[in-house]
Amino acid sequence: MSATAEVIPHTVEPHPVTGVYNGKFGMWLFLASEIMLFGALFSSYVLLRVGSAEWPHGYSVLNVPLATVNTMVLITSSVTVVMAWYCLQLNDFGKARLYLLATIGLALVFMVIKYIEYSSKFEHHHYPRTNLFYGLYFTLTGLHGLHVLGGILVFLYFVGPGAGMWKTDPHRYTNRVECAGLYWHFVDLVWIFLFPSIYLL
Amino acid sequence: MSFAHPDEARKHRNAYLKVFAALAVLTVVTVAVAEMKFLSMPMAIAVAMVVAGTKASLVAAYFMHLISERKAIYATLILCGVLFVALLLLPVVTQGEVDAWRRTHVP
Repeated sequence: MSATAEVIPHTVEPHPVTGVYNGKFGMWLFLASEIMLFGALFSSYVLLRVGSAEWPHGYSVLNVPLATVNTMVLITSSVTVVMAWYCLQLNDFGKARLYLLATIGLALVFMVIKYIEYSSKFEHHHYPRTNLFYGLYFTLTGLHGLHVLGGILVFLYFVGPGAGMWKTDPHRYTNRVECAGLYWHFVDLVWIFLFPSIYLL
Repeated sequence: MSFAHPDEARKHRNAYLKVFAALAVLTVVTVAVAEMKFLSMPMAIAVAMVVAGTKASLVAAYFMHLISERKAIYATLILCGVLFVALLLLPVVTQGEVDAWRRTHVP
């Protein structure tokens, strides 16, 4: 029995209690906490909007075409990350790496569009302190943007310094990509609700 | 998750691509409905949330593989879901107090 193999148990084989490897169960617990985090903010949004005497329609003050493009970008990146995991399962690391790079590229496109959107708001002197609407807009989309940024860092690690694990422990590497994918789909999922609530209603 | 059989994996890939197409179509639908502005606010909210809910379910079921997952994960998510719904219902439950506050404080 080697010492290193026992440091973190169940990285590959399912845990007897949960039926899944520990990383996946841990990721789902983290996502449950994320649901509550975004849920609290979403709930605040509903409460403040319903309680306000006046509220601007998202489409009259925000850039819907840009946000629609961003929605498509994020949906596509969800497909590329699931395809990366699919290729790893077929032992095709080269293709998986390309899909991961595509995911990073799409995530960067999302951030650039977000930057354009924010810049135009700042140019018109619309800041989080301007009013309740912009306060919520920047809080919700900003926190979501930070999550996209976090995802980019994780995927950069997988194609860069972390890629060596594919040679030493391919199954564990594949599981890591699956867990990061779960996180990424969640980030996509949050946007799926933010987009209509903030921009379209 | 064990390494899948190639045939099995290919079936998954086709499902991913179909889900992608559905998500793209639903995004266009939700934007088109909002842009035409022919719905009343309650109807617009209902349509937007039903479409978003459908998209979210597709992502969760197929991309996140919740369609075939272990009990431990379902249990975690059910508990989380109950708390989440409670959180979302808070504004509805407290609406009476908001109205009461406005009656006394807002001229």
